[in-house]
Amino acid sequence: MADRDEGEGPEISGEQKKEIAKWLLTNAPAGEIQYVAKDVRSVLMDDVAYEAAAAVAFPIYNKAHLLSLAMPDRSGDVIISKFGEIDSESFLDPRTAQVAIVDHVKQICTKVRPATDEELPCSYIEEFRAPLDAELCKYVDETYSKGTCAVYCTKGKDVEGPGAVFEFTVAISATRQSPQNFCNGSWRSIWIVEFKDDLQVVELKGKLQVGAHYFEEGNVQLDSTNECKDSTMVQSPDDSAISIANIIRHHETEYMASLEGSYFNLPDTTFKDLRRKLPVTRTLFPWHSTSQFSLTREISKELGIGK
Amino acid sequence: MEAALDLMRRMPPRQAETALSALLSLLPHHADNLLSQIDQPLQALFDAESGKEFVLCEYNRDADSYRSPWSNKYHPPLEDGPLPSDDLRKLEIEANDIFSVYRDQYYEGGVSSVYMWKDDSDCIAACFVIKKDGSKSAHGRRGYLQEGAWDAIHVIEVRSEVDGTAHYCLTSTVMLSMTTESKSSGTFSLSGSIRRQMSLDLPLEDGHVCNMGKMIEEMEGKLRNSLDQVYFGKTREMICTLRPPQDGMLARPLPQR
Repeated sequence: MADRDEGEGPEISGEQKKEIAKWLLTNAPAGEIQYVAKDVRSVLMDDVAYEAAAAVAFPIYNKAHLLSLAMPDRSGDVIISKFGEIDSESFLDPRTAQVAIVDHVKQICTKVRPATDEELPCSYIEEFRAPLDAELCKYVDETYSKGTCAVYCTKGKDVEGPGAVFEFTVAISATRQSPQNFCNGSWRSIWIVEFKDDLQVVELKGKLQVGAHYFEEGNVQLDSTNECKDSTMVQSPDDSAISIANIIRHHETEYMASLEGSYFNLPDTTFKDLRRKLPVTRTLFPWHSTSQFSLTREISKELGIGK
Repeated sequence: MEAALDLMRRMPPRQAETALSALLSLLPHHADNLLSQIDQPLQALFDAESGKEFVLCEYNRDADSYRSPWSNKYHPPLEDGPLPSDDLRKLEIEANDIFSVYRDQYYEGGVSSVYMWKDDSDCIAACFVIKKDGSKSAHGRRGYLQEGAWDAIHVIEVRSEVDGTAHYCLTSTVMLSMTTESKSSGTFSLSGSIRRQMSLDLPLEDGHVCNMGKMIEEMEGKLRNSLDQVYFGKTREMICTLRPPQDGMLARPLPQR
């Protein structure tokens, strides 16, 4: 084997180190950023660059992964998402009408404060939001082994009465970490629920994302996403909440079934296009009689029919 | 080094190349060590003289050129690139021919190459590589895969040929990724890499190519099986833990724990 040229390239700058660290941190699989951070710190050997990278990467990661953090007053979990972001460290929890102050790098919620009126939707909107939140909580509790959800008003939070357009964003997040079994995973769904009160329709757009990582003596990751659309009629707040929750339940159940279907097709169809379990001959390769191949080759050469 | 290897175990396998180049620029002193412990996705090149593609890897590289196993020439041309001895080259030609047939029977397409050299202690060493693009636009016979790549690297060292037997040490890596896409189920993508080793003493009378081939066939079968049963299976179990399926929803039962 040839020797690799000992490329003692020029020392890379702190800025480059920071960019690399940021890339590694934001690409951490669900639930693994703390482990990645420990590794990054030790390969970087530059605490200044590491701290700078962590300060940027952790908030991006936490929001993208819909990280769920326990609030210190035991009032529940707050989801870290761009929909509830008030400033870089403050995130609204619409259910408890509180604002959670978080430490992104430590991934903890340090304190909470009551949300101000400006941060909350007006009472007309809340009349729709609260029952939807309650329905979805029920659904998430029944369905996910450890899930959290939140319903944010992302448009028209000051709409005072019928006839206008407003929008909710539903975030559902379930994660499971099992580092002792070398396995982690996450389910994230984001639903945009648009009330077009003037047209009497509610339009839903969902983005579902599932990831799983198994890494005992190897590294295998599943990454799956799906997008779907649906709509329903605007009804009373309570009835709207029930039909919206049913639509979400229906699509997520279908998606789960399609994941199962993909796994089912894997061994005998999908994977076969990469490599078969057995040769086309359905018997192990005849290594012992390979001299015949060379012979065939010689003959074809002599006859001038070699490829 | 330990932290670097742990990172490679966590970064998305699809991004392995980027992750490795990131580590190389952070740890230039460990370049050799990193490159010997972390396999990179394979590339193929067309050898115009023989009209065939060959696979590029560390074992046919000298400077920036790669030796084709078909024409025995470096691409791009290299004046004094090392070549195997006549005897070894004969064995290499035989191995390439047979391995092509093997590859076609298991992969129904793809590109394979075998490279042989003598290591520092004058023992024969060989590298068998297979690159398969199983996407429906390439060699995916059944057309299920939007994207699908299988790269296998098998490095075999032959030791102590005494009493008519030789000791073979095989290190194999498989890197794969596959994505299916449909309107109703979205994208479903699995990617990963695993590496395993095995050693065997085998009679020399069967010949090196036969012995090496049998080991590789057994190993590839094991790797494929454990990816399918264990690794993919574990990711499926994880999803079923996140969202326990309701009765009757499972297409097949989960393995008992």
